Amino acid sequence: MSEVPQDLKYTRNHEWVRSEDDGTVTVGITDHAQAALGDLVFVEPPEAGSTVGADEACAVVESVKAASDVYAPISGEVVEANATLDDSPELINSDPYGEGWIVRLRPTDTTELDQLLSADDYRQLVAEE
Amino acid sequence: MPRNTPLYHAHVGAGARMVDFAGWSMPLHYGSQLAEHEAVRTACGLFDVSHMTVTDFQGAGARTLLRRLLANDVAKLDGCPGKALYSCLLNDHGGVIDDLIVYLRGDGTYRVVSNAATRDRVRPYLAEHAAAAGVALVPQDAVALIAVQGPAAVATLRAAWGDAAERAVALKPFYSVEIDGVFAGRTGYTGEDGFELIVGAADAQAWWNRLCDAGGRPCGLGARDSLRLEAGLNLNGQEMDETITPLESGLGWTVAWAPEDRGFVGRPALEAQRDAGPKHRLTGLVLEGRALPRHGCDVRTGAGEGVVTSGGHSPVLGQPIALARVPAAAQDGFHVVIRGREIAARAVRPPFVRHGKVCV
Repeated sequence: MSEVPQDLKYTRNHEWVRSEDDGTVTVGITDHAQAALGDLVFVEPPEAGSTVGADEACAVVESVKAASDVYAPISGEVVEANATLDDSPELINSDPYGEGWIVRLRPTDTTELDQLLSADDYRQLVAEE
Repeated sequence: MPRNTPLYHAHVGAGARMVDFAGWSMPLHYGSQLAEHEAVRTACGLFDVSHMTVTDFQGAGARTLLRRLLANDVAKLDGCPGKALYSCLLNDHGGVIDDLIVYLRGDGTYRVVSNAATRDRVRPYLAEHAAAAGVALVPQDAVALIAVQGPAAVATLRAAWGDAAERAVALKPFYSVEIDGVFAGRTGYTGEDGFELIVGAADAQAWWNRLCDAGGRPCGLGARDSLRLEAGLNLNGQEMDETITPLESGLGWTVAWAPEDRGFVGRPALEAQRDAGPKHRLTGLVLEGRALPRHGCDVRTGAGEGVVTSGGHSPVLGQPIALARVPAAAQDGFHVVIRGREIAARAVRPPFVRHGKVCV
């Protein structure tokens, strides 16, 4: 079974979201998603300073198998993309909830965070797939 | 329900991610495609390719039949028992129904190994022609095919098979031998040294275990695809299909034009195309940046549009590579369109990698 940390929020598109102390949110793809994609070989990050709408594609992750969009879980401004992934995209495979984070966003509307799935909801979603 | 190979339980037990491929449940990878790819380039990988189609042809008319059905000429095998020949099977328009390897066996019969995806098209087609020619077509479905590939393939086979391996290890590339009911060919689909074994289905699990114990690493279809792409080897259905001829897919060398009086299916259409000059050709591409070209991506050149037939990440080059069908006259200005952006590419002659070394 894939790992689903209890303290994160999730999307139906298999992103995870962590609220940071400074008011930003960190976004990555779940353990389930990285396992389904296989070895990651390239991440196309969004530009810092750009704005994204909820459910808009904001990055692309490419595995040996396929390219997949990463969708912004909420609307916001891109604060930072994980530059380490340029040379080490495999961090998404080895540490999807840690060093394999993809982008940090400053939310436009924090109430959008309430729309996201809980860990329990996400586990159920994965089980039903 | 997809079909299972005799090694299905070995794959599941080893934690493989299974996928449906051409109606078969096959391992995609056992954890990391990249690690499996690396194992084949530097040591030894094992592949279950039991989904491939094995068909034997027996009887006096087999040679004549295969000379008529195949674009390459099995007469090249005359007097060379065990020798293998790569060929396309064409339709009347010169389009590729399938690509295959035909072996002349020690007893004078022929063994054809063709693709899994085309089994339902090829078997009835061959059976119809065989029946009309009075040739016995014998499907070999109670077998397993195991590819042992990589610079350590010889050592792995020796460790797994003992003294019996020596006659297989002595084989030149593209030759085969049969030892104690095991068919061993010095062939493969990776650009490395290696063997392809055909064993009885009941022996498959024991063979797989012995080869694993001897140091072979199980590899899935994912690595098989990235290895063959680096090796510049075509995949039927991608580089060619029934609307594409060998001349347009880098396989002109497999068409035996001589002797001129050998009629074979598709010959008139191919000759017409050869004389007029094919409009397309297959090329290798090495792309700038890291974004990956995929099957179906548009290609732009100084001489018109083309298409990526296969593409992906080359672990050995550390760069994106592709095979692409482009206008025959294209010389420069190669770009691949990925997510709306034109990515510059360098045209190269495949293979990209052979025997672990970069060739482009």
